[in-house]
Amino acid sequence: MLIIESWLREWANPNLDTDALAHQLSMAGLEVDGVAPAAAPFSGVVVGEVLSTRPHPDAEKLTLCEVSDGSETFPVVCGAPNVRAGLKVPFARVGAELPGDFRIKKAKLRGEPSLGMLCGASELGLEDLVDGLLELPADAPVGEDIRAYLQLDDSIIEVDLTPNRADCLSVRGIAREVSVLNKVPFTPPAIAPVTPVIDDTFPVSVAAPEACPRYLGRVIRGIDPTATTPLWMVERLRRAGLRPIDPVVDVTNYVLLELGQPLHAFDLARLQQGIEVRQARQGESLTLLDEQTVTLRDDTLVIADASGPLAMAGIMGGAGSGVTDATVDIFLECAFFAPLAVAGKARSYGLHTDSSHRFERGVDPALQAEAMERATALIIDIAGGQPGPVTEALAEQALPQPVAIELTAARVEGLLGLALADDEISDILARLGMQVTATGTGAWRVLPPSWRFDMAIEQDLIEELARVYGYDRLPSRLPAIQGGAASQPETLLPARRLSDVLTGRGYLEAITYTFVDPAMQAALDPQVSPLALANPISSELAVMRTTLWAGLLTAAQRNLNRQTARLRLFEQGLRFVPGAGEQGGLLQEPMLAGLVFGSARPLHFDEPGRKVDFLDIKGDVEALLSVAGGLAGYRFEAAEHQVLHPGQSARILRDDVEAGWIGKLHPALAVKLDLPADIYLFELRKSVIEGVSVPKFSDLSEYPSVRRDLALVMPAEVPAGAVLAAVRAACDARLREVALFDVYQGDKIEKGHKSLALGLTFQDRSRTLGEAEISDLVSGVLSQLKQEFNATLRE
Amino acid sequence: MENLDALTRQALDAVAGAADLRALDEVRVQYLGKKGEISALLKTLGKLSAEERPQAGALINEARDQVQAALESRKAAMNDAALAEKLAGERIDVTLPGRGELPGGLHPVTRTRRRIEDFFAGLGYTVSEGPEVEDDFHNFEALNIPGHHPARAMHDTFYFPDGHLLRTHTSPVQIRVMEQGQPPFRIIAPGRVYRCDSDLTHTPMFHQVEGLLVDEGITFADLRGTVAAFLRAFFEVDDLAVRFRPSYFPFTEPSAEVDIGCTHCGGQGCRVCKQTGWLEVMGCGMVHPTVLAHGGVDASRYSGFAFGMGVERLAMLRYGVKDLRMFFENDARFLAQFR
Repeated sequence: MLIIESWLREWANPNLDTDALAHQLSMAGLEVDGVAPAAAPFSGVVVGEVLSTRPHPDAEKLTLCEVSDGSETFPVVCGAPNVRAGLKVPFARVGAELPGDFRIKKAKLRGEPSLGMLCGASELGLEDLVDGLLELPADAPVGEDIRAYLQLDDSIIEVDLTPNRADCLSVRGIAREVSVLNKVPFTPPAIAPVTPVIDDTFPVSVAAPEACPRYLGRVIRGIDPTATTPLWMVERLRRAGLRPIDPVVDVTNYVLLELGQPLHAFDLARLQQGIEVRQARQGESLTLLDEQTVTLRDDTLVIADASGPLAMAGIMGGAGSGVTDATVDIFLECAFFAPLAVAGKARSYGLHTDSSHRFERGVDPALQAEAMERATALIIDIAGGQPGPVTEALAEQALPQPVAIELTAARVEGLLGLALADDEISDILARLGMQVTATGTGAWRVLPPSWRFDMAIEQDLIEELARVYGYDRLPSRLPAIQGGAASQPETLLPARRLSDVLTGRGYLEAITYTFVDPAMQAALDPQVSPLALANPISSELAVMRTTLWAGLLTAAQRNLNRQTARLRLFEQGLRFVPGAGEQGGLLQEPMLAGLVFGSARPLHFDEPGRKVDFLDIKGDVEALLSVAGGLAGYRFEAAEHQVLHPGQSARILRDDVEAGWIGKLHPALAVKLDLPADIYLFELRKSVIEGVSVPKFSDLSEYPSVRRDLALVMPAEVPAGAVLAAVRAACDARLREVALFDVYQGDKIEKGHKSLALGLTFQDRSRTLGEAEISDLVSGVLSQLKQEFNATLRE
Repeated sequence: MENLDALTRQALDAVAGAADLRALDEVRVQYLGKKGEISALLKTLGKLSAEERPQAGALINEARDQVQAALESRKAAMNDAALAEKLAGERIDVTLPGRGELPGGLHPVTRTRRRIEDFFAGLGYTVSEGPEVEDDFHNFEALNIPGHHPARAMHDTFYFPDGHLLRTHTSPVQIRVMEQGQPPFRIIAPGRVYRCDSDLTHTPMFHQVEGLLVDEGITFADLRGTVAAFLRAFFEVDDLAVRFRPSYFPFTEPSAEVDIGCTHCGGQGCRVCKQTGWLEVMGCGMVHPTVLAHGGVDASRYSGFAFGMGVERLAMLRYGVKDLRMFFENDARFLAQFR
């Protein structure tokens, strides 16, 4: 909201400069977003009077003027269409400096001398309302500096109000605060009831008293349709960001800015029979003042007459019933609409108006009569007319009732950590307009004023005390730690550890959007219908991912487009799988995923530049699993996945529970996503891998170990993992380690076969193993492998 | 015996002239070996008289020792030279690049989040997390933001057709933690949050860290002290200016916005702080009794404070990142700056 400083100071005038005032407002919770001058700097411009005009002999569009600055007369050439004798206008004399470094010099225009310039609004850095010169009122004192006359040395303070401070959405509201904070008088203009001079009224019936507890109406007849809004009001509206329209509308806007009460003026001649305040009928249509036609829902409060809806209550009037430049009789509406009845309605129609902004947050329910009188007086001042009496439709029980709140000094101290003096407590609350009644020592019953309907509980009052006292004057301390610092269970692998393993292996952590492109999502997980947003920010960020690969592959596309040759990314975050959760609900599952592309190792001058392959990324996953409970608990089994190359993908299992997937991007998918084929991916379910056991020490054996190497030939399709598992199964704890140190396929062995070279290390904890014992173990292994895989010792 | 001196000189010359270890050994054998020339002289001592014998023996031994010492010293020199030559041959260019993988790095949001978590862990806070797809109750209702509350307009909420939503803040975790436990509570809740807003200074997803402390006797002073201590530790500026401005959040009362003196200009006024000298960094307040009630906490016995901060905001200030959107573009050149 824009507040005009000069206007504010008419209501409350503290001894503070503009910056100090702005700072004070911010520190009181009325955040000032900025302070702007009412006009750009300029000098040398006075109120001038055009004494006479005659056409320029050599230029059709130019006029030769005699202009007085009150002491001298100057010849001025003017090109504005509205220049005429008798007009008072801003006159920039020779030597004047106008905004934009524009200096006025003696000039000749088409042969005619011109000593100065007559100015339009835009030339003074103001908003142009008419084409041509800025026309000043006839009583403007010739020769007075225009900055002083128009009060241009003024500031516009932009206040960003929080939704609870609807009481401050006006000059009056801010002034009340300024008065409280500075202990200076609150000096509103005198607003006296306007005595009716005619008896005319217009019938009003309120069918929805809960939504509209108070509706004031007044007929004013015979206003002058040719009247214009005075410059002072035009300037205030302009500075507050409103466009002047006509005197009646301008007055209603002015009162809205001044008092915070929205009003609406109907053209009486365009109303039929009577006003009815009611809920709209579903499907009724209304063309609004801004010419857009809306189809109303039955949850919307309207002002209607016999012909149908005239206005959306508290939001916007209709085009068919508003005042025009031919209006002479008006019906002025000043109502209190209940916040709950209008909240969210404007937004639901894509509307937001000064009126809806205030009614949704709450207007002072006791303000309507005063606002009606203020508006009536201003209209009559400007446009004449004969006011009728004010009619009121009132449902008193539906008006918000102020609630008395009990407050104790002990609770103030308990919440703020500061013992405020009893006097100070009651003084601050009283300054805020509250009725404060002492109910004991350090105890009060507090009745908030009608405009502070945000006060409901003692905490609200305590915040007011803190705010007015000054947050920065309140004490500060660090609370003691009670019950000791918290510790994490060692049986739960921290997410950090997983990230640290990967960063240690050269991975960069990515954070991608959890909502993804539906096309990408469908390509990765065509069987699952993803959770779709009702109101996505864009069609590319519209569905919730069921795999983190969606984001990582998108990140890969972006990096590859920037010629990245090597990429190692990982991400931790949730995936969202509809129907997979409890009772068939949504599963929000924490995942860890990685993507690798490019060379297996950073480029080095004496290493071959080998591209990354399945076993590289498997090594990374094994590194993760080795901290996630140990590799021995996991199994990789060849399995197919729609995203992955069917011959280079594995399901990872922990105790037969799926822990994740690993593999090469499916070549067909790579083509579809415009990605290179040699991208490798993994994704792990954190809930499956994060359970770990506390390490248990076992004695280090002091006895020698013995190693036996075996080269075994077997059919090529036998999985190495199965062979290693079989070796372990055939031995007991005496087998300390089995290592695969060579894999061979080629001419030296039978076609369709391969050779695996295994190194078996035997050791016992309590004694030296004998040769016979080791031979027994080895032959046990050999017979097991022979039986299971038809494996034989290589000749 | 008269030729002992000549023999010694001859032996010493041979030691000096030996080209390598083998030649040197030959010299040793020739003079000091069992049949060596100097050894042979010792065998002639028996032919001398008892009076002459000690003196002659001493002279021969002296000559032998002299040659022996020369042999050893020469051998040591040869070994040293051989080693030096071997080492010289093994010289490499130590300025060549090392081999292998350099570490990657955490995302700056994670890096910042860890700093925040670590600070509060030191004060006894534990980390809690909650779902990102939330229900209206936890995101709004329980936080004292009923259906048509104007504060809902401040949260541009992403909705799902069934009425669920993407949480607009991490505050729902407060409720979930209180629902599931007994006070005192001392938690922080970091995580992703969502607002339907995207421009230069907004991304539709970002991160917050929510903090909640509920205990007996907790006051606004505790909140001020905790927040100020955190900000000073986070920015590593002991005298960082921290100010509290009254504000409004439906779930706290009293509420405050927290500003710090601009970390870029030190409060003088610059582009980063829009010439104000201050930067808004978080919102906070005393937990509203309605919120405590929704969490099943007895508001007559317990009070508490809550605060919420934007992780990206802090990361941008800390690391000088100028464009918020870079956090989610995942450009490796950006990410690699935070190893």
